[in-house]
Amino acid sequence: MSVTLSEAESRRLVSEHGVVVSGFVTGETTETILDALKTDESVTYPLVVKLCGRQIAHKSERGLLRLQINDQQSLRTACDELLAAAEPSDGNVELLVSSMVKGSRELICGLHNDPQFGLVVMLGIGGVLAEAIRDVAFRLAPITETDAAEMIEDLNAQRLLGEFRGEPALRRQELIDVLMALCSLGAAHPEVHSVDLNPLIIVDGRPVAVDALVELTQ
Amino acid sequence: MTRDLSALFDPRGIIVTGVSNHPGKFGFVCLHNLLAAGYRGEIFPVGREPGEVLGRSVLGSIDEVPVGRADMLFICTPPPLNEHLLRAAASKGVKAAFIAAAGYREAGPDGIDAEQSLVAVADELNIALAGPNGQGVVSTPSSMCAQIVAPYAPAGNIAVVSQSGNFVSSLLNMAHLSGVGISRAVSAGNAAQLEVTDYLEWFDQDPETSVSLVYMESVDDGRAMFERLRAISTNKPIVLVKGGASSAGARAAASHTGALATDDAVFDGMSRQAGLIRARDLEEGFEAAATLATQPLPTGNRVVVVTTVGGWGVAAVDAMAGTLLDPIPLPGDLKAEINELLPPRWSRNNPIDMAGGETRDTVPRILEMVAGHSEIDAVLFLGLGIQSNIAVMMRNGPFFPDHGLERIANFHETQDARYAGAAAAVAERTNTPVLVATELTNTRPETPGPATMRAAGLMCHASAARAIRSLDLLVRHARWRQARGI
Repeated sequence: MSVTLSEAESRRLVSEHGVVVSGFVTGETTETILDALKTDESVTYPLVVKLCGRQIAHKSERGLLRLQINDQQSLRTACDELLAAAEPSDGNVELLVSSMVKGSRELICGLHNDPQFGLVVMLGIGGVLAEAIRDVAFRLAPITETDAAEMIEDLNAQRLLGEFRGEPALRRQELIDVLMALCSLGAAHPEVHSVDLNPLIIVDGRPVAVDALVELTQ
Repeated sequence: MTRDLSALFDPRGIIVTGVSNHPGKFGFVCLHNLLAAGYRGEIFPVGREPGEVLGRSVLGSIDEVPVGRADMLFICTPPPLNEHLLRAAASKGVKAAFIAAAGYREAGPDGIDAEQSLVAVADELNIALAGPNGQGVVSTPSSMCAQIVAPYAPAGNIAVVSQSGNFVSSLLNMAHLSGVGISRAVSAGNAAQLEVTDYLEWFDQDPETSVSLVYMESVDDGRAMFERLRAISTNKPIVLVKGGASSAGARAAASHTGALATDDAVFDGMSRQAGLIRARDLEEGFEAAATLATQPLPTGNRVVVVTTVGGWGVAAVDAMAGTLLDPIPLPGDLKAEINELLPPRWSRNNPIDMAGGETRDTVPRILEMVAGHSEIDAVLFLGLGIQSNIAVMMRNGPFFPDHGLERIANFHETQDARYAGAAAAVAERTNTPVLVATELTNTRPETPGPATMRAAGLMCHASAARAIRSLDLLVRHARWRQARGI
């Protein structure tokens, strides 16, 4: 059996291990969110607001996701509405508010417990087409920085990783750091069955995770 | 700790069981093959009917074998007899057994029990057990062909282990055709006790082996295998062909990462991480191994093509697209040197197309200059064949040997032989790989270019594209080593 952590829990776990995620705060009420934003300078408008909980799988289908929140008034409204939309069957819920980041390139990184080889780490071209394109590289965790650099070289879409549409080239060392961070998470938590960082948007050359999902074996 | 398999590959003597006068039976075939290949040790045929087979007297039981003269037992008899044979052989000093017999794990529940019991006995007796359900073992340093199938192969430095017995035969035939020889070859069969990795570890320690070639279908303990293969790769290269790679293997998974983790995607990542040289199919695997066995490892990816014909060079550069190989522009100092040797119509770039401007000694000199240049990591020579083709036509035409045809045909043939010899000599002197390709390797293997290379045990590729594929695999492996400071 496995349990999937909420997006807020997943984000906290991956960022504790050094994965760079877009700036975020979490809270169970609108007021805690607004208070947290006063002191946290890493979270900047425009914002994304989501209602998270372990039982909530399909946020967008249920409208539990608000994009492009540009000011405090809209934020307050969005938080109130999302909290009101929670249903008893959702169990414990919390709000996740994060900066909207922009970049035209998306990667996917993750961990997966493979039945033959144990914990493996993955890097691929991400976004909604990730599973159709299947431009991915796997290694057995843990990896060395050399292994991580070779994973990046394994991707077919090397042109996406250079300078692209006015955006600077990917800073490869920072992507190596993400892969190393995932492996250290895997080593610290043997109960991890899978981790998805999807997408990992390349923002000014830096990979930033804007969504994280951790699945644990129970 | 590496398991000692010297009793399996270099036994002082072999006991062959199940020997009879019937030339279709496995015991007979194995005895025949051992004798035909000129096995260096003693042979002790054992069978139910006393008498002579192939001029050798057959012993009625293993009890008649003198103690300490045989290290290896070759079993072709059915499962119920075999544990007893192992015990009898152990009492004579046997340390290894090859079980060709079938009827074990592949045969259902009873077979599984029989196999476990057989392994338990071998473990108790400290016998290295190969098979069961395998086709045999070949070892050229001992001139040993202990197989229930054929062929044998020329001696060389490639060691083979395969989870498919018939692929051992295929690879031995490729060795035969190419002239690039084999050190050891074993069909792992059900791999009940000795696994593929056990053989690879022994090959790694084997001075007769410079590269291992493995055909693998199934993986038992993936993590342990990975660790062991990676350790071997830091020393000797392993070329791997994986069967069943196309099976989808994608599983229902909650995560995107899990959905993308098909068996082959993970296996391929493991291969790269362990430094394995993964080939797409058996031919490519053999050619990569043959190239590794006969060429120095390149130190970089800068390739220059030397050719006598424009089209061959174009095709070679096309084949480098999508590989790690870089057909670099010719360095200026090299261009100037070649200008001294060739008339002005030569290509003046990479590929070096001599455009028919070469005279008797030009090709060897240019190969030496190119391979010896500090900014060039590998050379592909596409110059064999034109002269041999003419010689073949002349020899088979109605005018031979008159009209000067004999003399010119001899000249053409000598030139192709010289070029082939020069490529090998230059590679050795400059420690730079010089790959050679010509379609004559397959179409007219008896002509002097490929024949010279074959006789010297060198790989002559059948096309530029295939040579490039091998070179690409070598460069990838060299990078893996360099990135790890090996």
